Amino acid sequence: MTTNEGKLTKKDFTSDREVRWCPGCGDYAILATVQTLLADVGARPEKTVFVSGIGCSSRFPYYMDTYGIHSIHGRAPAVATGLAIARPDLDVWVITGDGDGLSIGGNHLMHALRRNVNLNILLFNNEIYGLTKGQYSPTSPLGSMHKSTPMGSLDRPVNPVALALGAEATFVARSIDTDRQHLTGVLEAAYRHRGTSFVEIYQNCNVFNDGAFIALKDPKQKDDNQIRLVEGEPITFGPEGERAVIAEDDGSMSFVDTADAGERIVVHDPHRREPTTAFALSRLSHNPTGPTPIGIFRDVDQPVYDDLLRTQVEDARAAKGPGDLGALLASGNVWDVH
Amino acid sequence: MSGSTAARSRVTLSNAVVRFAGDSGDGMQLAGDQFTSQSAIAGNDLATLPDFPAEIRAPAGTLAGVSSFQLHFSDQDIHTPGDAPDVLVAMNPAALMKHFGALKPGGTLIVNVDAFSDRNLQKAGYESNPLEDDSLTDYQVHEVRITDLTLRALEGHVERGELNKKEAERCKNMLALGLVSWMFHRPIAETEEWLTTKFAKVPEVADANITALRAGRNYGETTEAFTYTYEVKPAKLAPGRYRNITGNQALAYGLVAAAERAGLELFYGSYPITPASDILHELAKLKHYGVATFQAEDEIAAIGSVIGAAFGGSLAVTASSGPGIALKTEAMGLAMVMELPLIVVNVQRGGPSTGLPTKTEQSDLLQVLHGRNGEAPIPTVAASSPSDCFHAAIEAARIALTYRTPVVLLSDGYLANSAEPWLLPDVADLPDLSTSFAFTTEPNGPDGGFLPYLRDERTLARPWALPGTAGLEHRIGGLEKEDGSGHISYEPENHHAMTELRHERMQRIADQLPALEVDDPSGEAEVLLLGWGSTEGPIRAACHQLRERGTPVARVHLHHLNPLPNEVDELLRSYDTVICPENNMGQLSMLLRARTLVDVRPYTRVTGQPFSAAELVDAVDAAITEGAR
Repeated sequence: MTTNEGKLTKKDFTSDREVRWCPGCGDYAILATVQTLLADVGARPEKTVFVSGIGCSSRFPYYMDTYGIHSIHGRAPAVATGLAIARPDLDVWVITGDGDGLSIGGNHLMHALRRNVNLNILLFNNEIYGLTKGQYSPTSPLGSMHKSTPMGSLDRPVNPVALALGAEATFVARSIDTDRQHLTGVLEAAYRHRGTSFVEIYQNCNVFNDGAFIALKDPKQKDDNQIRLVEGEPITFGPEGERAVIAEDDGSMSFVDTADAGERIVVHDPHRREPTTAFALSRLSHNPTGPTPIGIFRDVDQPVYDDLLRTQVEDARAAKGPGDLGALLASGNVWDVH
Repeated sequence: MSGSTAARSRVTLSNAVVRFAGDSGDGMQLAGDQFTSQSAIAGNDLATLPDFPAEIRAPAGTLAGVSSFQLHFSDQDIHTPGDAPDVLVAMNPAALMKHFGALKPGGTLIVNVDAFSDRNLQKAGYESNPLEDDSLTDYQVHEVRITDLTLRALEGHVERGELNKKEAERCKNMLALGLVSWMFHRPIAETEEWLTTKFAKVPEVADANITALRAGRNYGETTEAFTYTYEVKPAKLAPGRYRNITGNQALAYGLVAAAERAGLELFYGSYPITPASDILHELAKLKHYGVATFQAEDEIAAIGSVIGAAFGGSLAVTASSGPGIALKTEAMGLAMVMELPLIVVNVQRGGPSTGLPTKTEQSDLLQVLHGRNGEAPIPTVAASSPSDCFHAAIEAARIALTYRTPVVLLSDGYLANSAEPWLLPDVADLPDLSTSFAFTTEPNGPDGGFLPYLRDERTLARPWALPGTAGLEHRIGGLEKEDGSGHISYEPENHHAMTELRHERMQRIADQLPALEVDDPSGEAEVLLLGWGSTEGPIRAACHQLRERGTPVARVHLHHLNPLPNEVDELLRSYDTVICPENNMGQLSMLLRARTLVDVRPYTRVTGQPFSAAELVDAVDAAITEGAR
């Protein structure tokens, strides 16, 4: 609880509830980063609402000393949409996971993204169902062997960033649970973006799917595999930046040695109106087992649904005057009986 | 039609039932609506029954494509759209085939003889032309060349290129309306005005329709085919200002009124579904009343958005029909345990599954009362007439706001689309809902903390603390909560206590309900007719007929289905026979039997149509005969 004015700290965003994720879960790192970030950017706990669905990640709101709704499976974007429309003064965050947001709640996620409601959606992707104890998820790699798929999963995984770009989300980014600096930067940009921000966070489930993101996190491999997207910079990676992302003639992208890239090297611009280039970037990796872009794929300003809706109400009032209930009831043909 | 012959050929009637029937594209709903307006302006009491297929345009000329509109108008207080029509307008053979059986013996039949081609007769399933054999001899049949008269009236319009022949033919509903208006001495000026406004952007279409309307009236006047005309005098309605209103319109207005009387913004989130969509259409026009309408991506998102808006402090409402309510089920449970005030409207239609989308039924009662996982009681209010939808919406809001709970508001396809004259209430007399709640602004805990589940002693309502209020930050959700703190709790005794509390809250609502009104004028009735929802009209009409005949009968109508009024046990035990007519297979009867152990007799029909008064009279007679044996 926070009633003091002035500079807040992480503590002001930390509730008195004991955190009950498994020891070693990536969710702890994300929680700490979000709590610190909100204090640093000057957010107010009373003006902040976290809305979640069902799953391990969806316990998140209980640990934030803000307003919060732990809703039902997959429906957090819908609940958050209603709240954001009703209350444009609030910062509304959605916490979801790969099962919650992409499987049972895929429909709501897609529509929230295309509507551009003023929400920040954080999708914790651990490529597994954790709370139900280890079934494969919509982001598990093809052939994943888990409890429900002892001979390997048969369905091709969703690429969350590609899906968000396909829905023409106005802010799309990806980061990693334990890379505090990178995650903070991405989340701050998401917080400042007006409209729907979508952030996929690679989050390690050390109980059921440990090491899924090792290629991006292991100090020995990460420099080879993290493609850090930096606005205005040519996209290169590798310990010495020796590999580069180039544009192919068919609109796709691929990797070459930086020395051979020449003018085909892609310079990152997340503000392009068309999501095409960002989409090509998202297709560079289907699972984070090799070189994978992280950072902000897309960040464009577009009209925000809840602003537009409020404007319609204001325009209607300006045109017709504020509603008069008596006049409404007596609208149409009326007659008097004496 | 019952009445006496006046001077010349004008017959004065107490009441009349007119049914317009034709193809879906023939404009029968429109003709019916306008005839309704004319009757309202003439001062009659009235009730309507639109009946149309689920298909937008079924194949022309087929039985499946027939759309009809029935109007009952009277110089008395009436409650139903009438059992059997006195006048049937049949625009084609299919309309005749489908509706002829309903026509009163000796009734008047106006047929568009131009549509009686061999092909149309065949499509309707006639083996021979009924106009040429003797099947219609007992009726007053008027064979009118409605299509031809329309085209001839509009010859000039077509010649001038203002509309083509097909467009001209489309005005034939106005010709039929003009003729029927003349038959009943209805002035057509209002309809002309309405057409001018409706087609303001295409004045040549307005002019063509008005020309056809007048041509129909003039045809009646000049032809000698019609021996009689009819007049229904104004009804003796209570003094005041009236308008016609459909149930969906009244429900939308009721929500706007409730929000205004509560001092809240109205948030309406819904997904299109027949027959509830018109509520969304109405509210979307009322943005200047501070109404936010949100067309969600599906039924679940619709109620999800409403939960979010209620958490944010709006009067939040979603509406659907049975199939959509099924999808909202899990979220309704969430709203219930979060103890948020919101309204879920169910405009019931024929079920199960997709069922009969455009027809009426009352078969979702058990669904809304019991169709959720766990012990999840939700207060339920039912509207009983089109205009009562207005008051029922305000009552649903009152319960939601007072007790911090979702409330189900039941309407149905019949109420939704039917119209009746409505004595406009004085806005100042509407309930003041602003006193039924207050947003919590201060911590309520012993140490300056906030306890989101600390309850009001009288209502058991928990605090409604809005985001934006410093010091009251709290997190709630679908997991079981500790009473008071609202923290997640898996304690066995806490769960039992919370479940009991949620049931006790229903009892508090029952304890604070207004008294039931029992209609038993003689005090000698041994039979009680107990109904809920849209059966009120037919039940009232049946009681009226029985009492006129000297059979005492009592009547009570339930507006609250959950909780049931406390007096219901004693009331049911005080009559020898309790009959419960329902457009389902006996759902309320079952609940009442279980609760009161009284042998309530269900009278059940699910035809997609409201009850007729006559069948309810028969049901009472049968019960009395059986009782006497």
